Amino acid sequence: MTRWFVALALALAVGLAFFLSPYASGSPDGLNRVAGDKGFDGRAHVHSIQSSSPIPGYAFPGIGDERLAKGVAGFIGTLGVFAIGYGVAVRLRRVTP
Amino acid sequence: MHIPDGFLDPGVAAAAGAVSVGVVGYSLRRANRDLDERRVPLLGVTAAFVFAVQMLNFPVAGGTSGHLLGAALAAVLLGPWLACLVMTVVLTTQAFVFADGGVSALGANVLNMGIIGALGVGFLMRWARHVLPRTRAGFLAVVAGGSWLAVMAGAAACAVELAASGTVPLGTVLPAMLGVHALIGIGEAVITVTAISAVMASRPDLLTVRGLAPRLPIAGGAS
Repeated sequence: MTRWFVALALALAVGLAFFLSPYASGSPDGLNRVAGDKGFDGRAHVHSIQSSSPIPGYAFPGIGDERLAKGVAGFIGTLGVFAIGYGVAVRLRRVTP
Repeated sequence: MHIPDGFLDPGVAAAAGAVSVGVVGYSLRRANRDLDERRVPLLGVTAAFVFAVQMLNFPVAGGTSGHLLGAALAAVLLGPWLACLVMTVVLTTQAFVFADGGVSALGANVLNMGIIGALGVGFLMRWARHVLPRTRAGFLAVVAGGSWLAVMAGAAACAVELAASGTVPLGTVLPAMLGVHALIGIGEAVITVTAISAVMASRPDLLTVRGLAPRLPIAGGAS
């Protein structure tokens, strides 16, 4: 049953995001590292739309514990992305000829 | 590899955005052809999995980290065009909800981390089907190579966009980006092969839809 496969994979994704992401490496990623090394990291700025984004920087607002804030952001984000992806797919299947 | 706002000049961002809009538009138009009933939830869960694993930065050499991009994984599971849609959903959510990756740079990020890997690996799998023996090892070797190449090609595209924007000379940024992403790409290959192996072990039929993947030998005949 595809339903069971999807449920299990979703549970795995949510579990990884909630339990493991708080312990992920905090070092700069490849592009940020190159930007720092080559001296163009100072050009980065946050778009005005993003300054009011609901969960900036994968830290759920209002949670003091840094790791818990990231875990909760991952939990909500993973379920949210599932809902958006599923919703888009359902809609596309219905509207495209 | 999420490009923030400020790294690209408006012309380069717009050009990359135009390419992304075109490809994603085409993907949307042909979605109904690719989306059978079971791929609807599969698209959702692939997007969720890619989002979750993108949060799991792993350390690579010298105080740098990398994370899965996921375009290769999505392309092996869903084919090139649905994979473009998966990556667009993930990257757009990251930009607007998590302030990860710029808003004006979203088109470039969809191109570098989504479209290039999705189309590259999607069509690589089709080509490999004709060329390579249809074995499990051969299939996974192509998945691994494709994953690594997807990261390298995305990093190269990112470097070209930065250079075209006048942010940094190509001769400086291209070797630097390829050097660090050669390592990150290994992580991409390991994670992608692990995930695909798990799907092959549990639901190999999910990979073989529309003849994208080689026909897999099913041990014991029962599935």
